[in-house]
Amino acid sequence: MSDWFTPDEWRAVALSLRVSVWATLLSLPLGIYVAHVLARRQFWGKQLLNGLVHLPLILPPVVTGYLLLLAFGRKGAVGQYLDQWFGLVLAFKWTGAVVAAAVMAFPLMVRAIRLAFEAVDPKLEQAAGTLGAAPVWVFLTVTLPLILPGILAGAVLAFAKAMGEFGATITFVSNIPGQTQTLPSAIYTFLQVPGGDPQAFRLVLVAIAIAMLALILSEYLSRAIARRIAGT
Amino acid sequence: MSLSVTLHHHFPGFALDVAFEAPPGLTALFGRSGSGKTSVINAVAGILRPDQGRISADHTVLLDTSKAINLPPHRRRLGYVFQDARLFPHLTVQQNLRYGRWFAPKGPGPDFEQITDLLGLQSLLHRRPAALSGGEKSRVAIGRALLSNPALLLMDEPFAALDEPRKAELLPYIEALRDRTQTPILYVSHALPEVARLATTLVVMDQGHVLRAGPAAALLADPDLAPAMGLRDAGSVLAAVITAQDADGLTELHTAGGPIWLPRLASPIGTSLRLRIAAQDVILSRHRPEGLSALNILAGTVREIRMTDQGALIQIALGREHLLARVTHRSAQALGLAPGLPIFAIVKSVAAAQTDIGTGIGQKGTA
Repeated sequence: MSDWFTPDEWRAVALSLRVSVWATLLSLPLGIYVAHVLARRQFWGKQLLNGLVHLPLILPPVVTGYLLLLAFGRKGAVGQYLDQWFGLVLAFKWTGAVVAAAVMAFPLMVRAIRLAFEAVDPKLEQAAGTLGAAPVWVFLTVTLPLILPGILAGAVLAFAKAMGEFGATITFVSNIPGQTQTLPSAIYTFLQVPGGDPQAFRLVLVAIAIAMLALILSEYLSRAIARRIAGT
Repeated sequence: MSLSVTLHHHFPGFALDVAFEAPPGLTALFGRSGSGKTSVINAVAGILRPDQGRISADHTVLLDTSKAINLPPHRRRLGYVFQDARLFPHLTVQQNLRYGRWFAPKGPGPDFEQITDLLGLQSLLHRRPAALSGGEKSRVAIGRALLSNPALLLMDEPFAALDEPRKAELLPYIEALRDRTQTPILYVSHALPEVARLATTLVVMDQGHVLRAGPAAALLADPDLAPAMGLRDAGSVLAAVITAQDADGLTELHTAGGPIWLPRLASPIGTSLRLRIAAQDVILSRHRPEGLSALNILAGTVREIRMTDQGALIQIALGREHLLARVTHRSAQALGLAPGLPIFAIVKSVAAAQTDIGTGIGQKGTA
């Protein structure tokens, strides 16, 4: 692989992969929880939560990035305590890119998992309860196996979205080669330099390949969930 | 063990207000669709939380709203066979059957082999629910509920989705359960023939209320209840014992009203059976008829008469048992029927079903 890319290009691809994997894995538990809450519970403020989750999908990414900067910057509302208590600095670090990617990918992830929850018949969970299974066991033995393909599909979508995240990332953590320069940021940078087109084009091909693979995988997994729930 | 239920619950436009006792055996909740049967069984299961009520199984209180006790379903130790089998699609039949066992209290429970044999599930164990027929699904659902080692078995029209031949195939399993296990069964149905065949105790429900509750044989022969049961289906049940297998292909049974002959029943001599006789299949006569092709003539006395707009319902005492007959007003008057009058009942059609440990399967015959 490293023969095909210059070190800068390779660093950008590797960083994007690392950021996306972490963004996906870290947001998955919360994504499952929020999807469950939205699919199954009725409570005051549900629409507000739903709106909040979907906001990054609608807002200009630069706005999301700026809000992240306000919240998680070194002097930000949350960021200053992260720095003081845990020595964790997000702004202008690759960890910040993880947060930006996770926030931007969250709506897609929650959407896919929520649909999977909604496809599970609550009567099956009820039946498991009458057979002696406490709610936690019902979730682990009935609900979770039935929605597993949906969770995987949501994770794949989130990963692909994280790979492509640009606006919020560049606003929040800037575009530092080797630090915060992800694949899209690198493409953007190469396009700003005279004669950078061939480099940009190679990265564009990589981006297309990853996006296509993710979509195909996600499609395959959503068919699997349908089959699983139909039980064949 | 016996179950005691008292419930009040308000649904929009419908009030549920019931109280009954379910002793060991099979207690059928019988009534039209919308009479509140499923709500009652759901409250017993803990799926519906009633506004007020108390449900106890012997000394275990499952629900007592006055003391804020409400055990969640998974702590009630019941087996619920739903109308729609509700098998877990991602598990094989075997895994479905063993599901409840994981959560049941440790210690001896029902034997897996025995239950799968009883329900004829051996050949299905490795299949997925989607590959099963309706009848097979019902059997797996019953097995799954039993294997969770329940203290109480709830069945909500377990055969509603099945055609008659399937149902006929499964009813003997329920009879065997009723007679071989100590687990009380609460059984919801709106099909009287099924109820008459299975129930030891009957709770007749109408519009959210209990119309009557008591021993099934007494209630089935009660002319006052016949309209609620549906006049076409109304009929009584009699206990019978096989006394002889005659050479001409008939089986002789002893009943409280005299002998009855049916086309050959496969069960051995001494087998106890439950005979169901529809009220409209009984002809009455003041004198023992002669020169009649009908074999089955029972002797008794008129006990009660109730006139309805669709004929007269006559309850006839046969020893300590009761037979229900439906005749026209004109016949009732012509015969001068009155309580205490000796009477002969000519029985046109009899359905027989087993009532004790045995291998016989319910059979229907006319003679």
